Amino acid sequence: MKNVSATVGLILNEPLLWEKGQKGRRGMDVPAADVPPAGIDAGLIGEGPDFPDLSEVDVIRHYTRLSQWNFGVDTGMYPLGSCTMKYNPKINDTVAATPEIAASHPMLPDALCQGTLKIMYELQDYLAAVTGLDAVSLQPAAGAHGELTGMLIFAAYHKSRGFRRTKILIPDTAHGTNPASAALCGLQPVPVPSGPDGMLDPEAVARLMDEQTAGIMVTNPNTLGLFEENIIRIAGIVHDAGGLVYGDGANMNAVMGVADLKRCGVDIVHLNLHKTFSTPHGGGGPGAGPVCVVEALRKFLPVPRVVRDKRGYRLDGNCPDSVGRIHAFHGNFGILVRAYSYIRCMGAENLHRASQLAVLNANYIKEKLKGELHLPYDRPCMHECVFSDLWQHAYKVSTLDMAKRLMDFGYHPPTIYFPLVVGGAIMIEPTETESKADIDRFIEAFCEIVREAKEEPEILHGAPHLCKVKRLDETAAARHPCLTGC
Amino acid sequence: MKEINELNLPDGLRYTRDHEWVKIMGDAAIVGISDYAQDQLGDIVYVEMPEVGDEFKQGEEFGTLESVKAVSETYLPLTGEIIEINEALADAPELVNKDPYENWIVRIRPADLSELDSLLTVDEYLDLLNG
Repeated sequence: MKNVSATVGLILNEPLLWEKGQKGRRGMDVPAADVPPAGIDAGLIGEGPDFPDLSEVDVIRHYTRLSQWNFGVDTGMYPLGSCTMKYNPKINDTVAATPEIAASHPMLPDALCQGTLKIMYELQDYLAAVTGLDAVSLQPAAGAHGELTGMLIFAAYHKSRGFRRTKILIPDTAHGTNPASAALCGLQPVPVPSGPDGMLDPEAVARLMDEQTAGIMVTNPNTLGLFEENIIRIAGIVHDAGGLVYGDGANMNAVMGVADLKRCGVDIVHLNLHKTFSTPHGGGGPGAGPVCVVEALRKFLPVPRVVRDKRGYRLDGNCPDSVGRIHAFHGNFGILVRAYSYIRCMGAENLHRASQLAVLNANYIKEKLKGELHLPYDRPCMHECVFSDLWQHAYKVSTLDMAKRLMDFGYHPPTIYFPLVVGGAIMIEPTETESKADIDRFIEAFCEIVREAKEEPEILHGAPHLCKVKRLDETAAARHPCLTGC
Repeated sequence: MKEINELNLPDGLRYTRDHEWVKIMGDAAIVGISDYAQDQLGDIVYVEMPEVGDEFKQGEEFGTLESVKAVSETYLPLTGEIIEINEALADAPELVNKDPYENWIVRIRPADLSELDSLLTVDEYLDLLNG
């Protein structure tokens, strides 16, 4: 291969903070006290924490160096299936940093923050338009938080009808957080096996759906990257038994402007703004997982929501059936602004086009690699495709080995060992960000790795070889975690 | 990972479709996971066990195994009461990888030995693995 991106360059070392600095160094000078010292209770005095002594420049250089070791979507292709690691356009940050927006205090009276309220109001409208549903809460801070909100709404809905339902159906191709979110609301998850074609079988749903079951949580497209073709029939079965349909919208990047979720029978769906709507994704947050609902569930949404009347925009908290507040103030407002910026820049037509290109890119990779890697479900995929390491078993090469080796070629590894319905899964989601030339380079790298697996498997067993950090001992890290830094 | 013909599948045990095994020892029985299961899971880092005195029906989840790859539920092959858990696994979960038969997970008092008939013999289990 030519121009392999991770094969040249200088990797500078950086010691731990505890190995840097010298006794007595400090980042600031505290002025001498000009008041008499107050005594401290002897019981409160003890050994201080073991902080290293560092100057300001020591700390700046340390963290700048660490940031240079980092890999992000700004440095290379990040085909992490189920995560939609699309490029985050910089204009989003520019808009969010506008002083009129960034400095607006969340406790200002409505009359003094009409602009920020308008952003939220319009974003609610846009998200309703993208999903086809009727009303939106922007409060949830992440996808799983949206799921939790959805399950609280399930419970509130059934309670309003005088029922308490205790179970929830969750397909084996749903997102891993779904059962946890449901269990947190006291619902017992009942797994629904997918059929041999990777699709949810309406008969299987009909067998399990009963009057104790609150509804179903469907990830569509599912985690195999396949669109649930029977969704309308399945929704009908669930509705006939008095249940509700929750849609996990994490894979919305495949179907913007393509699928109308209300017509699919979905009652509630969350969107991951940090996936589909190009807001930052890493570092543990903040994200945003707004929840969209059909008209009949509007009254259960968290409060307050932004409404509009003849005097302008205002926050409305007067909703006795609401599940209540689920986030301080207005959710992660800075993230909402970035998603708003993205939607306004793209427009409806280009959001639709983004989905088409995301699906095209994934299908291109699927077709190009399916002769090299085992493809368990050989049918048109949506925005991601799932391979397995079945053909590499004979060479004693696993999915983990191939994923680690991809790092030597300058790529972030795809999602591996998920979904669980595929043994040794390799789940690739290129997103619409990548050009054909970049995707061709990625495919070329994977073909080279498959060749190595056959002819030189020892290279893969030791990979990565060119990264700053080599193969980590994940087992020791899990069995003997060291969380204190020194 | 091991090929099917490299697996250690002792005779005289009964296996489940979920890859547990059970061995009858007098009026008690010990339960663990098969060589295939430990090999598929990879390095096991945590074994979550029930409490002594807990009762489970056949096929009911009695704990979980966490490996570097995944978290997997364990299901009890026979209806019964937990009479002992393998304490050694709390500090050394890797024992299950080392020898999944020597290192059983729970000891139970089975309620109904006729349930054994619904479990797989080693040959039937091999057929299952060979698909």
